[in-house]
Amino acid sequence: MKNEIKRALRDTIPVLSGYMVLGMGFGIVMHSNGFGVWWTLAMSALIYAGSMQYLAVDLLAGGASLISAAIATLMVNARHIFYGISMVDRYKGTGARKPYLIFALTDETYSLVCSGEKSKRYYLFVSVFDHIYWICGSVIGSLLGQIIPFSTEGIDFALTALFVTVFVEQWKNTKDHIPAMVGVCASVLCLVLFGKDDFLIPAMVLITAALSVLKVVRGEAEEK
Amino acid sequence: MSEIMHSGALVAVIALVTAFTRFLPFVVFSGRETPKFIAYLGKVLPFSVMGMLCVYCLKGVSFVAAPHGIPELIAVALVVLVHLWRRNTLLSIICGTAAYMLLVQLVF
Repeated sequence: MKNEIKRALRDTIPVLSGYMVLGMGFGIVMHSNGFGVWWTLAMSALIYAGSMQYLAVDLLAGGASLISAAIATLMVNARHIFYGISMVDRYKGTGARKPYLIFALTDETYSLVCSGEKSKRYYLFVSVFDHIYWICGSVIGSLLGQIIPFSTEGIDFALTALFVTVFVEQWKNTKDHIPAMVGVCASVLCLVLFGKDDFLIPAMVLITAALSVLKVVRGEAEEK
Repeated sequence: MSEIMHSGALVAVIALVTAFTRFLPFVVFSGRETPKFIAYLGKVLPFSVMGMLCVYCLKGVSFVAAPHGIPELIAVALVVLVHLWRRNTLLSIICGTAAYMLLVQLVF
């Protein structure tokens, strides 16, 4: 168990740096829109979805309707459905921890638990640690965000770098590079076609379609 | 007072819909036997999704306007190279992030 805690702590260091910065950014934006630390704490604990929370500040400040907030959330967070589909088998048999593991499945947690041999305890530790980092970052930002003595511009690149390393690691660990290429190519194609605000959902549809075709083609090849 | 209530309701709605997107696949495929196609997706999707997430992170980069995505290109290339060289996740991320911060703060 100690080893699993250590491993989870070590693996989540990049998330710690990214969440501290992005979380603080969220706390600062909330503060400047007149929402105090309790609002920030409640949102980071209960919503726990980075890009959505940034958008939520606009919705709160503009007094958006509940329906439009629900639709916006569905659009921005539809990618979670993708994570869930690929974790259905991995999270089987996680017992009482399962609802929390599902609730806490962010982009970053997903990147750490989605591949390789991992234990159920490891899933839990990574999920809890990441959640704590996010809450701490946003509360710190809300309380004392304006008095950081040095420029942190660009530090949120840590999360991009995390995804790139996971991508490279997965690439090295498999001989079948087609699913990875499908992910990149479909996303770039949809980004060009639909623009940066609307490309995720078409990209997910295209990826699913391409992987289905791949399965059919390969299935036939195996039968011969 | 009613403004606070509305804000509270907004937070609740956003939290519930977010949880809905996370729980949906697990609820739909909660049976004993995961459908074969979903099990297949479970095996190949992580590769595709990490590619998608990398693109998602870089979606705001403009190659038309200055600095033409050069800091991002350099930093991503550095992460890949350092990672291929040492296979040490933390080292790769620190090198890439430090390089990126220097580039956007001092060079571009």
